[in-house]
Amino acid sequence: MSDAGVLSSLTAAPGSAAAAIASLGQVMFLGAALVFLIVTVLALAGVWTRAYAIDGRRWLVFGGLALPSVTLAALFVHAAPLDMSAPGPDHPDLPRIEVIGRQWWWEVRYGGANDTERSFVTANELRIPVGRPVSVALTSADVIHGFWVPALAGKVDMIPGRTNRIVLRSDAVQVYRGQCAEYCGGQHGLMAFTVVATSPADFEQWLATQVQPARVDDGFVRGYALFDRAGCPACHSIRGTMAAGTSGPDLTHVGSRRMLAAGTLRNHIGTMTGWISGAEDLKPGSGMPADRTLNGAELRTLAAWLLALQ
Amino acid sequence: MTLPNSLPRPPDELAELERVWRPPCGLRRLTAVNNTYIGVFYLGTALLFLLLGGVLALIMRAQLAVPGNALVDYDTYNQLFTMHGSVMMFLFAVPAVEAVGMLLLPAMLGARDLPFPRLSAYAYWAYAVGGLVFFATIFVDLAPDGGWFMYPPLTSYEFSPGLRTDFWLLGIGFIEISAIAGAIEIIVGVLGTRAPGMTLDRMPVYAWAMLVVGLMIVFAFPPVIAATALLELERAFHWPFFIAERGGDPLLWQHLFWLFGHPDVYIIFLPAAGLLSTMIPTLARTPLVGYGWIVGSLIATGTISFALWVHHMFAVGLSHHWALLFSAASMAVAIPAGVQVSAWLATLWRGRVQRVAPTWFMLGFFATFVLGGLTGVMLAVVPFDWQAHDSYFVVAHLHYVLIGGLVFPLLAAIWYWAPMISGRLMSECAARWACGLIFVGLHLTFFPQHILGLAGMPRRVWTYRAELGLDTFNLLSSAGAVVLASGFAVVFVEILRSVRLAGKVATNPWRASTLDWLPMDNHATRSIPRITSREPLWDHPQLAAEVDAGQHYLPGVVTGGRETLVTSARRAVPLYLLRLPGPSWLPLLAGVGTAAFFFLLTVKWFVPAGIAAFITLVSLLRWVWDTEPESSGRRYPIGAGIALPDAASGLRAHGAWAVIVLLLVEASIFASLVFGSLLLWNAEPKLWRADLPRLDVLTQSAIAGAGWAASSAAIQLAARALRNGQRHRLAVAIGLALLAAGSAFYGSSLLVQRMAPGPADHAGAAIAHALLAWQGLHASVVMAMGLYVLARLWAGQLHARRRNTFDNTRLMWHFMTVQGVLVLLLLQVPYSL
Repeated sequence: MSDAGVLSSLTAAPGSAAAAIASLGQVMFLGAALVFLIVTVLALAGVWTRAYAIDGRRWLVFGGLALPSVTLAALFVHAAPLDMSAPGPDHPDLPRIEVIGRQWWWEVRYGGANDTERSFVTANELRIPVGRPVSVALTSADVIHGFWVPALAGKVDMIPGRTNRIVLRSDAVQVYRGQCAEYCGGQHGLMAFTVVATSPADFEQWLATQVQPARVDDGFVRGYALFDRAGCPACHSIRGTMAAGTSGPDLTHVGSRRMLAAGTLRNHIGTMTGWISGAEDLKPGSGMPADRTLNGAELRTLAAWLLALQ
Repeated sequence: MTLPNSLPRPPDELAELERVWRPPCGLRRLTAVNNTYIGVFYLGTALLFLLLGGVLALIMRAQLAVPGNALVDYDTYNQLFTMHGSVMMFLFAVPAVEAVGMLLLPAMLGARDLPFPRLSAYAYWAYAVGGLVFFATIFVDLAPDGGWFMYPPLTSYEFSPGLRTDFWLLGIGFIEISAIAGAIEIIVGVLGTRAPGMTLDRMPVYAWAMLVVGLMIVFAFPPVIAATALLELERAFHWPFFIAERGGDPLLWQHLFWLFGHPDVYIIFLPAAGLLSTMIPTLARTPLVGYGWIVGSLIATGTISFALWVHHMFAVGLSHHWALLFSAASMAVAIPAGVQVSAWLATLWRGRVQRVAPTWFMLGFFATFVLGGLTGVMLAVVPFDWQAHDSYFVVAHLHYVLIGGLVFPLLAAIWYWAPMISGRLMSECAARWACGLIFVGLHLTFFPQHILGLAGMPRRVWTYRAELGLDTFNLLSSAGAVVLASGFAVVFVEILRSVRLAGKVATNPWRASTLDWLPMDNHATRSIPRITSREPLWDHPQLAAEVDAGQHYLPGVVTGGRETLVTSARRAVPLYLLRLPGPSWLPLLAGVGTAAFFFLLTVKWFVPAGIAAFITLVSLLRWVWDTEPESSGRRYPIGAGIALPDAASGLRAHGAWAVIVLLLVEASIFASLVFGSLLLWNAEPKLWRADLPRLDVLTQSAIAGAGWAASSAAIQLAARALRNGQRHRLAVAIGLALLAAGSAFYGSSLLVQRMAPGPADHAGAAIAHALLAWQGLHASVVMAMGLYVLARLWAGQLHARRRNTFDNTRLMWHFMTVQGVLVLLLLQVPYSL
């Protein structure tokens, strides 16, 4: 498995909506292959054989009306009960999860006003406990985006002024890759995210860590000083510090995330350093200005501090 | 049965016919207006856009051939796919089917030309010039980058500042003009200019298909005309129709766009199906199985296609029940397609099939289109669509449908009908190479894209990561694109090699049964055939000789100029002679002027735009001035003892039919705006000023409504005065009507201003102003027509026997009144919510 996570709907997570859709797909692929074969053979035979005095009306009634009607009716009845638009049951023991699409990253909110105990903001990575359906609220802060984790479920649009819902469920501990499906301008191609399905215990642990403000350790003062000098707080927040910008992703626990720049880069010291000093080259249009104030050593120190924000 | 005209014909009859229809030479060839010339120009331009759109696609496939490629950057790529989609849908597919219709319909129906040749020429020039300028934006980094369906808010002023989106709106404007002009030509041509005796049930299937398509354009294009107008208003004046924070709804665009977009797929496919239904019986040398079934299927497809649009929106968060309803409709549309495919297969089985160039393309159609149809059924299944939607699966599906459903039939048609135009066959060898390369290339390009989509590749991404398992199929797809392109290269070389506009052509190489294979010259057939069956050339082997000898109707020129027969809509009984206009610079000037005006307006060069508008207006007026020549009052013999007048009035006149089609278009645009109003008002009922006394609003509405009614009443008085020859009373009545209409509009606008906040404040207010603006646009056109009628009266060109100009204005006028009253009634709705 790559760091980016499992993408394909053809390797759907056990227990997921994607798995149900995949088996529906298999039935349709077989049926389609059969129809395709019949029509192609009939067309080829029609061209290469002599004239037959067939009963045209019968062909129309059977081939044109009866066969398609019966097949389609059967397919409709088979597929109709699969209702994926219904919001999953809200579990009071799970925090509310909301994802807000932004050009070109994902703001992720856990908890919320009624659940301040478990309330925090993160970005580009969701965690869900395995074996249970998790309902996610979807909306957008700017243009229309599409929330799609192919291995877990179909896609749902994120529309300004509306809140849609999707249910995610994985019965296996696994990392999945999601991405924007609705064209949203410039860097639509580099707008991905990660969904980590963990054991319930690990999930609780993760929640407990995420609600904490940034860790204050030996490197904190120096790290934050560089962060501040480079102007980062104008756009980014780090809970527990003065940094409270809102136009970029929250960085309180940025070191715990698997990917950087909305699924564009693996998250490690090399990419973090590069991202700070050359975001415009790595993901042009991202809006993150390249830093020109820090020297090499300072860049590495800042990157190491950010990665230590676990 | 004796023929309509007897031999020998007068010696100078043919020479006169040829003189009247002689095409212009040299540079003046640009002034040609008859359907063979404009049709060839049109098709050639559409194919040029196919080539250009294809080149864009090749660059995209080169970019995606390997992961992390940097051949083009994201910004260029976004322009490339937006232009590719827009060019292929709007500048290739729709114009191509219209062009083929222009070329074939008059020939198949036994008409000398389309009923409004200058309208076709105008629409062509606006499209050609406008389309090329639109395409050129890609060279100056000004091409649109919002995707071909341009969803706001991405495409609104906040997220797409600059000119790019405006150019898209401009580009689609030209196709809107040419589509509506096409619909008028097609509907009036098919219903009104068929050869005598060609009753509806003897009409070629292709004509049925085009009639259905013409009617579909009338109802499908208006939603997108409304949507693009609203988006441009939002961009230019910040009227927030689609901005959620100010009461707008981004989904309003999607509803309107797909109300057009889905029928548009069938506007492209049904003509191709009609071509197949025409070619297959010829190739199989046997009549089409299930004529009635196929006509029924065409009508059913056209109707159902208006109930499918929401299947492009399954992911927007619909309720389960709505989704199921549209899912069922999307599946149901497969049934008429199944009927047609069965009928074609049965026809092939009943006959011994000629294995020639069109046959290969037809086989390519079957394999490709059926696969595209099957994936279409899969997409109609809601849960599956949630996975496949907006992924490469959909990209694969739509290319199978469009290349299978349009390009293969079109190529078959080009090889099949080329002899009708140029008098000689295109190369069989080239056809085999082209068909083979295109077939292999297309399946290699697009089949792997199904898998890519299911493997998680969204559409419209400019690059992808190496580790996601998408590399192999992308590389295969790009390799396929090269093969596909080489196939099209063969097509283009062969077309260039064999293109030629012959004068006289007398050939029927495939031994077809339809009238398009009668001996033809610039005047079409020498005489217009009398039709007694569905396969005239098979049932009546001497028909070609008789027609060419001048033994059927209208073997020469009777009114002194170009003319064709108008027959009754159902039974095709000759009614009158339609005098057709000849070559002219006016449609060219007006077309280029229109394109220039909108282009200059977009780049905000207002003075040159004003000049272009002036040139357009003057050419249009000059052209329209001649559209109602004085009738001689005589009856002219056309054969079989029938003598016809050279003009008609009332609802018999072809001009009135065109106005009715236009009014249907306008009514649909109005309906789209009403849909938008109700959607937006329903979301925000507390918008209107509650402190206005209800009675006050009602009174003011009633006064404005009375104004509209009074203007219509005055026009009725004018009609009576015209009938009685009272010139002064006529002028006074029209003056009163103008005054009443102007006051009614003024009253309506005062009302809207009192009731609603400013249009930039809130979407609900904006749509009220949009309704008002639409009524105002219609009213100003109608009032200009009123002044034009006065000018005709003053010039002595309007009297009791020359009154079509007045009658058409009257139709428009009453429509304006009805619409004006409806607007006022509609404005009461937000108060009742």
